[in-house]
Amino acid sequence: MSKNTVSARFRRVDVDEYDENKFVDEEDGGENQMGPDEAEVDSLIRHSCTGNLTEALHAVLKNPPINTKNQNVKDRAEGLVLKVLSSFKSGDIEKGVQSLDKNGVDLLMKYIYKGFERPSENSSAVLLQWHEKALAAGGVGSIVRVLTARKTV
Amino acid sequence: TPSTLFDPLLSSAFSALFFKTLSHLFSSPIHLCPALGEIALCPNNHEVHIYKKDGTKWTKIHELKEHNGQVTGIDWAPESNRIVTCGADRNAYVWTLKEGTWKPTLVILRINRAARCVKWSPKENKFAVGSGSRLISVCYFEQENDWWVCKHIKKPIRSTILSLDWHPNNALLAAGSCDFKCRVFSAYIKEVEEKPGPTPWGSKMPFGELLFESGGSPAAAQTSGASGGWVHSVCFSHSGNRLAWTSHDSTLCVSEGGKNGTLTSLSSETLPLLCVTFITENSLVAAGHDCYPVLFVYDGAKGSLTFGGKLDVPKQAAQKGISARERFQNLDRRASETQNTDKDLNTLHKNSISQISVLEGGRNQCTKFCTTGMDGGMGIWDVKSLESAMKDLKIV
Repeated sequence: MSKNTVSARFRRVDVDEYDENKFVDEEDGGENQMGPDEAEVDSLIRHSCTGNLTEALHAVLKNPPINTKNQNVKDRAEGLVLKVLSSFKSGDIEKGVQSLDKNGVDLLMKYIYKGFERPSENSSAVLLQWHEKALAAGGVGSIVRVLTARKTV
Repeated sequence: TPSTLFDPLLSSAFSALFFKTLSHLFSSPIHLCPALGEIALCPNNHEVHIYKKDGTKWTKIHELKEHNGQVTGIDWAPESNRIVTCGADRNAYVWTLKEGTWKPTLVILRINRAARCVKWSPKENKFAVGSGSRLISVCYFEQENDWWVCKHIKKPIRSTILSLDWHPNNALLAAGSCDFKCRVFSAYIKEVEEKPGPTPWGSKMPFGELLFESGGSPAAAQTSGASGGWVHSVCFSHSGNRLAWTSHDSTLCVSEGGKNGTLTSLSSETLPLLCVTFITENSLVAAGHDCYPVLFVYDGAKGSLTFGGKLDVPKQAAQKGISARERFQNLDRRASETQNTDKDLNTLHKNSISQISVLEGGRNQCTKFCTTGMDGGMGIWDVKSLESAMKDLKIV
């Protein structure tokens, strides 16, 4: 069997980068997207009874940092969402999901899958409970939209 | 030979037809010519086969062999009785019936990638081919030179064209693409037709003009995060004033009045829809990876698009003995000899539905439509029977 003595570095070249017809996503100007308001959300959680937690949920789903390239903003938003989701009692999750409109359920699904990507100490368990209720509300279509979104949280 | 599967409980709603051959992947379309009771289909290879209905049997009467690659599109022009086919070999052929056999004429599309879809225009004097070359070839016959020539629509298409549909005025063409957009172009060819009058889509229509492009404003994208998916299917309503399309992000959209009109979209709870058609000016039927057709209702006045109901009747037939033929069919379709009712799909189609065609009544008063799927099956659906068989189903 002959041995390849020539450099194999060419195999690491990404030829698509040199394609002049390469598809480039449109720029959507996300520089001003700051994510949900941390102060507002925190105060709603602190003064939480179920009613306020639902408000906290709505507040944390506002201004999703979808178009921004700033990873810190995205991480902060995800952390804040996880905080709100973890504050709910298991029995109240369904009501929380039902208070959302279609777009809200889709957005929640995006945050849930984002959360799955980097699990922390109890996060997956909480997220799985939310996932079950969000799936019941949004159907597999909401998961399809997580998969096809070119820009996400 | 194909066998006809016939469930007596559901016989009024639809009859089903399964082609027990290699043709399980009907991602190549079928084309029906209901006037003649014939079908042209591609059994997932380089050929096109034509079947004729003889009572309840279907018999193969022609084999069209000319393509050097998978046939990806078939369209049958009923008035002039010509068939156009396009394929992965980057060619299109126009077939005419001469002395009992179909004779091909090559059409050079000038593309360097596979052709993906083809559609005759309503007047049958042009046809459009979508391809992986990121452009649309609009072809017409040049009398003086006795051959088909084509013009290209390129800008601003940035990926493969998956679907095409002509506006009833024979000049406007809708195209769905893998670059996540649905567009309306002018495909007006002065050599073969008069200048078209203004429509809600626009009044200036030189060839190649872009009259509409989906994708919405950045503001819309921010609130819903929706950036769309590949546009699998596009369809004009009978009047041409409305355009519907389905995307891979499980959405259905309807545009009315073009650039300055309305755009209504519905995020579906289902898996992505691969095909859609209007059955009245307000009702649409779409189908896809969930293997059953779905009714949607569009209300122009309210600007709303709603789910109208699932159009499939689950089989409630008792378990009966399985014949050897059924075992073979199950093995073919599902890689398992028996119908395991637990994991069994209780829909007519056992795999994704790739195409939906109106058979009778046109797009404004459809009475019969047909679905073909990747299970090699073709279902014919009767609209009146569906309405009576399904509670709460109202087609407006």
